Amino acid sequence: MSGKPRLTYLNGRGRMEPIRWLLAAAGVEFEEVYLETKEQYDKLIKDGFLLFQQVPLVEIDGMKMVQTRAIMSYIAGKYNLYGKDLKERALIDMYVEGISDLMQMILMFPFSPPDAKEKNLDSIKERATNRYFPVFEKVLKQHGQDFLVGNKFSWADVQLMEAILAVEEKVPTVLSGFPQLQVFKTKMSNMPTIKKFLQPGSPRKPPPDAHYVETVLKVFKK
Amino acid sequence: MSGKPKLYYFDGRGKMESIRWLLAAAGVEFEEEFLETREQYEKLQQGGSLIFQQVPMVEIDGMKMVQTRAILSFIAAKYNLYGKDLKERALIDMYVGGTDDLMGFILMFPFLSAEDKEKQRAFIVQKATSRYFPVYEKVLKDHGQDFLVGNNFSWADVHLLEAILMVEEKKSDVLSGFPQLQAFKARISSIPTIKKFLEPGSQRKPVPDDKYVETVRRVLRMYYDIKAN
Repeated sequence: MSGKPRLTYLNGRGRMEPIRWLLAAAGVEFEEVYLETKEQYDKLIKDGFLLFQQVPLVEIDGMKMVQTRAIMSYIAGKYNLYGKDLKERALIDMYVEGISDLMQMILMFPFSPPDAKEKNLDSIKERATNRYFPVFEKVLKQHGQDFLVGNKFSWADVQLMEAILAVEEKVPTVLSGFPQLQVFKTKMSNMPTIKKFLQPGSPRKPPPDAHYVETVLKVFKK
Repeated sequence: MSGKPKLYYFDGRGKMESIRWLLAAAGVEFEEEFLETREQYEKLQQGGSLIFQQVPMVEIDGMKMVQTRAILSFIAAKYNLYGKDLKERALIDMYVGGTDDLMGFILMFPFLSAEDKEKQRAFIVQKATSRYFPVYEKVLKDHGQDFLVGNNFSWADVHLLEAILMVEEKKSDVLSGFPQLQAFKARISSIPTIKKFLEPGSQRKPVPDDKYVETVRRVLRMYYDIKAN
């Protein structure tokens, strides 16, 4: 047993990707187990590994953690990426939850029916441009610091960086009206742990493709 | 200015109800401003109070907090309902995540068509009895303590009681296979702050009705159909 956190999920982004980002940003090495068949998943449930019969599952510090937010809060708390006090944590939580709402749209996108894809893409672009990115642009402009909260690298910065790249994959010019976010993106990309995560061969997963969608539907088929 | 937290939402449960429960459980008095018109909502947005243009919003400790989960976490930590260390917090977060998913199925219930409501009711009961309640039943049985985490009253207990009562509103005998949860419900309901919240005249909101649905749709301009799970 290596003592490293062990992640169980499909071999793709989904709900596990923000967790991979956060561990990587914290410089924490981790192992991964990939679900490829329904039998594997059913066995995990039968063996009592999944508290609510769902993945993501992260085995960390002797716990079998489920529920994405719970896992991320624990990692952020453990690796000092959660601010210095309750108020900074409140800000980080607000920002992370907002970004998570945007990421939810991207998460569901590959599963939308073909005739809804264009509309959903427009929604992602609209929300990113009108609701979410302006908030973080303004936060960075107002305090002029490198990081979103408390002049220190936190979970919120990692989550925003992930979201920016994910939206750019769908809408390449999305940052054109956001000069602060462009600078932020560059700064984050140059942070050693993030830079490493962005290189080929890292645990970062590629955008979901048809094979990923097919695997999800197969593994979680009722 | 009273110094009490102030809640901005519709006059109904929705996403704000868990926040009302937690503040009440902590013995914290709060004020409420109810959204009744589109104009009120737009005024809040234009005034910059809603960073993602959404409610719930809670003014607390000089902050205009949004995002239900962020608000609940802040309240839990501030009033010592979040466990004693990182591992207890992790357990509380996991348990609350489960009850949150369960209550999420009920959140959209009032907005469904009559036909979908029947389907959704069955879905809610099925998930409650096969996925969620068994987990908490086992947790309580295994450690034999009064509270879910760390032998201490926490956010997880408040959230579970809220979820139990909401599912019971959909099927009154839903706890019949869960003796631990029945005892838990009785115990937690008799905690003085919670007992008070469960009495008529408290700030607890009733089961959402057509008027509530109409208000939400009108204020949010949310006229699209909501689908069942």
